[in-house]
Amino acid sequence: MRKKLLAALAITVATTLSAAGCGGSGAAADGTSIKVVYWQHLDQNDHKQQKFLTSMKKSFEKAHPGKTIEIVPVTASENDYYTKIQLMMRSPSTAPDLVYEDTALINSDIASGYLKPLDAYVAKWADWDKFAAAAKTAVSSPDDGKTYGVPDDTDTRGIWYNQKLLAKAGIKTPWQPESWQDILDVARTVKKKLPGVTPMNLYTGQAGGEQSTMQGFEMLLYGTEGAGSSLYDAKSKKWITGSQGFKDALTFVHTVYSEDLGLPKSTALGANAGTEVGTKLLPEGKLALDIDGSWMANNWLETGPRPWPEWTKTMASAAMPTQNGQAPGKVSMSGGWAWSIPAKAKNPDLAWQFTKAIKNRAHSTQWNIIESTTAVRTDVAADPKYLEATPTNKFFTGLVKYTHFRPALPKYPQVSNAITKAMESVTTGQSSVEEAAKTYDQDLATAVGSDSTAKGTR
Amino acid sequence: MKSAAAPAGLAAPSGRAAGGRAARQSLLRGLPLLPSLALLAVFLAGPIVYCVYDAFTDAQLTGAAETHFVGLDNFSRAFDDPEFINSLWLTLVFVIGSAVIGQNTLGLSLAVLSEKATRPMRSLTNGVVIAAWVLPEVVAGYLMYAFFYQQGSLNNVLDLLGLPGQNWLYTMPILAVCLANVWRGTAFSMMVYSAALNEVPRELVEAAEMDGAGVWHRLWHVTLPVIRRTVMTNLMLITLQTLSVFGLIYAMTRGGPGNKSQTLPVFMYQQAFQNSAIGYGTAIALVLLVVGALFSVVYLKLLKVEED
Repeated sequence: MRKKLLAALAITVATTLSAAGCGGSGAAADGTSIKVVYWQHLDQNDHKQQKFLTSMKKSFEKAHPGKTIEIVPVTASENDYYTKIQLMMRSPSTAPDLVYEDTALINSDIASGYLKPLDAYVAKWADWDKFAAAAKTAVSSPDDGKTYGVPDDTDTRGIWYNQKLLAKAGIKTPWQPESWQDILDVARTVKKKLPGVTPMNLYTGQAGGEQSTMQGFEMLLYGTEGAGSSLYDAKSKKWITGSQGFKDALTFVHTVYSEDLGLPKSTALGANAGTEVGTKLLPEGKLALDIDGSWMANNWLETGPRPWPEWTKTMASAAMPTQNGQAPGKVSMSGGWAWSIPAKAKNPDLAWQFTKAIKNRAHSTQWNIIESTTAVRTDVAADPKYLEATPTNKFFTGLVKYTHFRPALPKYPQVSNAITKAMESVTTGQSSVEEAAKTYDQDLATAVGSDSTAKGTR
Repeated sequence: MKSAAAPAGLAAPSGRAAGGRAARQSLLRGLPLLPSLALLAVFLAGPIVYCVYDAFTDAQLTGAAETHFVGLDNFSRAFDDPEFINSLWLTLVFVIGSAVIGQNTLGLSLAVLSEKATRPMRSLTNGVVIAAWVLPEVVAGYLMYAFFYQQGSLNNVLDLLGLPGQNWLYTMPILAVCLANVWRGTAFSMMVYSAALNEVPRELVEAAEMDGAGVWHRLWHVTLPVIRRTVMTNLMLITLQTLSVFGLIYAMTRGGPGNKSQTLPVFMYQQAFQNSAIGYGTAIALVLLVVGALFSVVYLKLLKVEED
């Protein structure tokens, strides 16, 4: 009896241990291999970054025998990507060694202690001087002044328009709107004259996440009277509530969707609005105006998800005007991505070696051209090879002088979330502009604390 | 979810010495269960306790390194939050509409009808209904999305019939997800009721028939009283299943447009993972637990009333 019991006990203990023992299988901490995590867009055709990183991996492994680089794509919508990498970085067994961070989120992740300061590394890296100051600010913490990432690219935003459609609707090209009113006028004209064509695209709603906030809302908000301090006043360190500018921007969103000047609401509020615009509506000539990022052309390059060689003859770009054309007359927003090393990374040194390799001058130029994004290295930005890679690179690089950066603060992602909520409620018509602005004020106070908000004057 | 069964004690023989031996015996017999108990404590009870603890903190997924104990703040915030109240209502609508009314009555009707039906007919219906039930939730969600989508099959059929199409997922999202959940979950109720109907004594039904009771009368006065316990059990099970439906709604509407189909599980997910307010999200999860408990209490009470 007793023997049987003991045997049973032995067996259960053994199985228990083996069941509990199937723990994490992270990279070995012996400095020979690293995991590199990046965002694979939901659009399955878009594997530019995968191809680029794979080629980097090959050349790096050849130059450093015995080292292996594991490229790990995270396929998700933008917001889900943020969530997934945050969950990964919480535990040493799942933390990557190198992670692709959106500069919108980097300060939030710094505050959570997810990232490792890179100051000791960059101090010994000659190339660091070549990175633009604004880009460096975007990857450093306002609290401790340390650097937490190496900028990968930046971008600007403007209006893409289909010159053939505009000409067909009787609008003179090249076109440069002077105010929000001009944009609405053209959209209404297109609606009247070209049935079957979507007049304009303005990103909106919660599913789009940062795409809605930045391309959709902030391009409007930062063009109101409050300009650079319409969302957050850096001087007083307060987030702005109840401003007229905020309501005006919401009114613009409401106008676009209540007059059916934008995409069908259900498409606009879906998670794939961006893919729809870049790989379907624009190349098929079904969309006249698109307030979007400088990178749009990468959809249409030969390496892109929807090759469209005629785009250079069809598409043109204009700057986003300020609300009533008040000085400086134009507005743009800039963000960008960076490579960061998680605090719990097992092999930070090797991750740094790899970062230096992919961010050297030659590879940076190559990547900016593949992706048609704006260069963060001054030597690349002046490189004719890069400037002439696509017809629009020069134009969008020129918008840098009008550009604004998002508040680099830990609470920003939650504020962004509150903005998309307000946008969605006026897009669907679920609430009036006044109600949505009031709800935003409450959400803002909840997110940042009511002592960190101040009433807007304009 | 199964809880660990307590070690089965022996029926204690009388006498103190024997009692001592029996206790030792049952302890010994319980020994092999210890490792699994330990596992359950670590992997099941641990996370649950941690969740309850989180609900009383301001834990965040990103944006703050420290978490502080905030007492009942998350709960008072929830009840001041119009979004939360909206989710609570939608959850009630979803549960009562799709489970208590939809799955329950449709399941019963199908069970009653298939009793009378010919064998091939019965096999066919059962096959179709059960097929919807065995599909993984997300797959069912996408199927339903394809069905209700603006250019989806439902509108195509309406179009063929010359009826005006509707953008279901946009104009009536909560109705669309309710219908989807009825479609997906009816099989469970149907099978439960089919089994129960087999237990109804034939002679009772025949006697009622002799007395000239119609179909409805027979169902209402004979069949239902006999299977009332099954009805309550079924209601309790499908209510608890429906309360926690997430994948179906997320795949179909993501809780949108706006917050028109944002039931509590979806709201909880959005607060915890999209808005990175883990503390607030888990507090909402606890509220969801309480809602489920309330439903269960009501059903148990009703059963008791029936018994008395």
